[in-house]
Amino acid sequence: MNNRQVVGIDLGTTHSALAHAESGTEKAKIDVLPVLQLVSRGALEERVLLPSFYYAAHESEGAQSLPWDSGRSFVVGEYARTRGVDAPSRLVSSVKSWLSHAGVDRRSALLPLGAPEDVEKISPVEASWRYLEHLAEAWAHQFGKDHELGAQEIVLTVPASFDAAARDLTVEAAGLAGFEDLTLLEEPQAALYAWIDAAGDDWRKYIRPGDIILVVDVGGGTTDFSAIAATEENGNLSLQRIAVGDHILLGGDNMDLALAYLARKKLLDEGKELDRWQMIALTHAARGAKERLLSDASVDKLPVVVASRGAKLLGASLRTELSREDVQKILVDGFFPSVPANARPQTRPRAGLTQIGLPYAHDPAVTRHLAAFLGRHAKATEKIQGFSGKPVGSLLHPSVLLFNGGVMKGSALTDRIVSTLNGWLESEGAPPVRVLPAADLDLAVARGAATYGLVRKGKGLRIRGGTARAYYVGIESAMPAVPGLEPPITALCVAPFGMEEGSKAELPPHELGVVVGEPVRFRFFGSSVRRDDRAGMELESWKEGEIDELSPIEVTLPADGRMEGDVVPVRLEASVTEVGTLLVEAVALEPQKPNERWKVELGVRSQAGEISVEG
Amino acid sequence: MASYNVEDSLSPDVLKDRRHKLPHSSRPRYHSRVTDLAPLPFTTRLWFAWACFFRVLFDGLFAARAFQVREPPLVESPPEPVKLPEKTAPEKPAVEKPKEADSTAALQLLALLQREGRLVDFLQQDIATFPDAEIGAAVRVVHEGCRKALRSHLDIDPIRSEDEGAKVTLEAGFSASEIKLTGDVKGKPPYRGTLQHRGWKAKRIQLPKLTADHDSSILAPAEVEL
Repeated sequence: MNNRQVVGIDLGTTHSALAHAESGTEKAKIDVLPVLQLVSRGALEERVLLPSFYYAAHESEGAQSLPWDSGRSFVVGEYARTRGVDAPSRLVSSVKSWLSHAGVDRRSALLPLGAPEDVEKISPVEASWRYLEHLAEAWAHQFGKDHELGAQEIVLTVPASFDAAARDLTVEAAGLAGFEDLTLLEEPQAALYAWIDAAGDDWRKYIRPGDIILVVDVGGGTTDFSAIAATEENGNLSLQRIAVGDHILLGGDNMDLALAYLARKKLLDEGKELDRWQMIALTHAARGAKERLLSDASVDKLPVVVASRGAKLLGASLRTELSREDVQKILVDGFFPSVPANARPQTRPRAGLTQIGLPYAHDPAVTRHLAAFLGRHAKATEKIQGFSGKPVGSLLHPSVLLFNGGVMKGSALTDRIVSTLNGWLESEGAPPVRVLPAADLDLAVARGAATYGLVRKGKGLRIRGGTARAYYVGIESAMPAVPGLEPPITALCVAPFGMEEGSKAELPPHELGVVVGEPVRFRFFGSSVRRDDRAGMELESWKEGEIDELSPIEVTLPADGRMEGDVVPVRLEASVTEVGTLLVEAVALEPQKPNERWKVELGVRSQAGEISVEG
Repeated sequence: MASYNVEDSLSPDVLKDRRHKLPHSSRPRYHSRVTDLAPLPFTTRLWFAWACFFRVLFDGLFAARAFQVREPPLVESPPEPVKLPEKTAPEKPAVEKPKEADSTAALQLLALLQREGRLVDFLQQDIATFPDAEIGAAVRVVHEGCRKALRSHLDIDPIRSEDEGAKVTLEAGFSASEIKLTGDVKGKPPYRGTLQHRGWKAKRIQLPKLTADHDSSILAPAEVEL
């Protein structure tokens, strides 16, 4: 390998992968890096997927040596995942969900949650860094020290639903791993790039101007939706991402667990008890049965066996069966029920005490989340050239469907999504969707990221989109305090929807006072539906669910030439960096030196009562 | 990469090449000694067996030598062709000293099959008294896990692509290690016959690399829950 490489990295909730191709050539062949990792104690193997798990080894286990580090005290990858089953209190998993969890300080060492005292805890940012670091080390091991990963052109994928703070933290982790030339890309877009690349010139047969492509990405831990519109520009097809969904913590793991609980109930009915270890083994067995039953219509039922833990295999193993009917009832009807278009996810009333934990989705029905997504973005095409003027219904009308994520390998599930969606479209008089033949679902995102890296500098088809949210700063109105009544808040728009990389928002006229030498916080809000608000607009009221509170933002003005305690008037200016992150800066109105400004930190830990975590 | 090509080490072509590279002087020696041997007639054998019976009974040294001849130790004295009667075909050149199997790789594969499919547990248990249903349930665990382990570490292909039961013709020069002739084996190729077993060939094997402190004799660690 001599030339600089374009590298696509899928930093996934359950698995990570890396694809690369030679930079500068649009039709370059994309390769997937076999990632050397520990797969069991003292055994190294190359696998294309690096499980996104981190295991803090106990001192009795000795060093977890890798060819490039003989004294390592932790494990990343396959062995971390399997070892974590034996010692769960030392395992860190679902890091990406933690990274987008506004209810905790994502830079503080809090993982693994509830770990014993001898475990050196790490922050979600550090855990992400460790995964990227491992990829970088495996890369250097493969290609030599002269071709460090950090020096290549890296495209790192994030869920479309990641807000500005989660993107910032991802970039922070990448910086720690030494990545210099970095760009962020939304995962559903990466999936579409991978599909376009795999389809070759054929893609024009499937996508035409006027199409709305819905990407349904159901992975191990999360569900992500995006809508992309195909328009015509100067005779060429052009793609524009028009809507992204919320971050839904719901995925294949939930489904495996649901099936495992059914199998467990069957065993309990026979008077057989399971311990924790057997329950995990049962979940694995249920996953195997699920994959077979979902994809092979000729199989009616499959035995599920949990081997005994001891050396005696016979006489102590547990056996039950899972049938096609079970899978139909638990998975297809449970997670993908046929619901009307106006169905919405059920939310449980907020508990009085918010525990620190991941905000898992309360409603397991992917189809209800999908109905909510399409309903919320019914008017997403209103201002899009080629679509404007067309009547809009009560939901967005996709015409093309692309599946992504490991769960979508099961044809019974994809069939149900298609039939449900087509039912909604039919009731609104819209034609049914065309389903794009999917490529390799496990590696599509990494490959697509590399494809994007290749095309973004050339003339290849690009998806435009800009930021998927508008951002607001909350300003409390001055009014006399009334006990039990929160002072009303005004939302000042600082960054409009759809800001492109490298662009700046107008400076809002509103002045804010910042105290010198003290950290000053602002409440921060985002909206994925308010497409027309311009920077500087002040909202006094909005519809329920239109605007979500994000983690607060914070700025500290150094005393540097000013008196500590002085109030300095500033304006907040937002821009989108070339990397793809939102940058908010406080610009001094009476600068003491030219262009005086301070960076506003996003994703600061929220204080009790300031934010509530909801699924 | 921890992979090595099985074909490199196993293919008969490679072996043939190595044989050609043997120093010439070392070859005819085995050759002549092998051809010196001719089967004894039955009557001679009857007398000899009778004589041996008594010598073995009363002559300890003779008994010891005869015992050695009875089961030729493979590793200690491979160049004694008298003890390997199947090597009597005159056109077959002598083989090199048999290769020692790499026990690390074997143990590693066994550990892998135990970890993924509990194979050692299964083989170490006496299954005679268990009902078939229970054995069947256990076999599912073993089969699923071992199959997964096998498929991710080896590429195993059938040697013949025809269906079993199909008529096949073997032209001259077929590999004797790839195809075993059975039944009425005689004459010269081409041979016509029925494919009884497709055969298997490991096209590629890729076992995990081991770190320096790895003890491959541990097939599965004992587990103690705290």
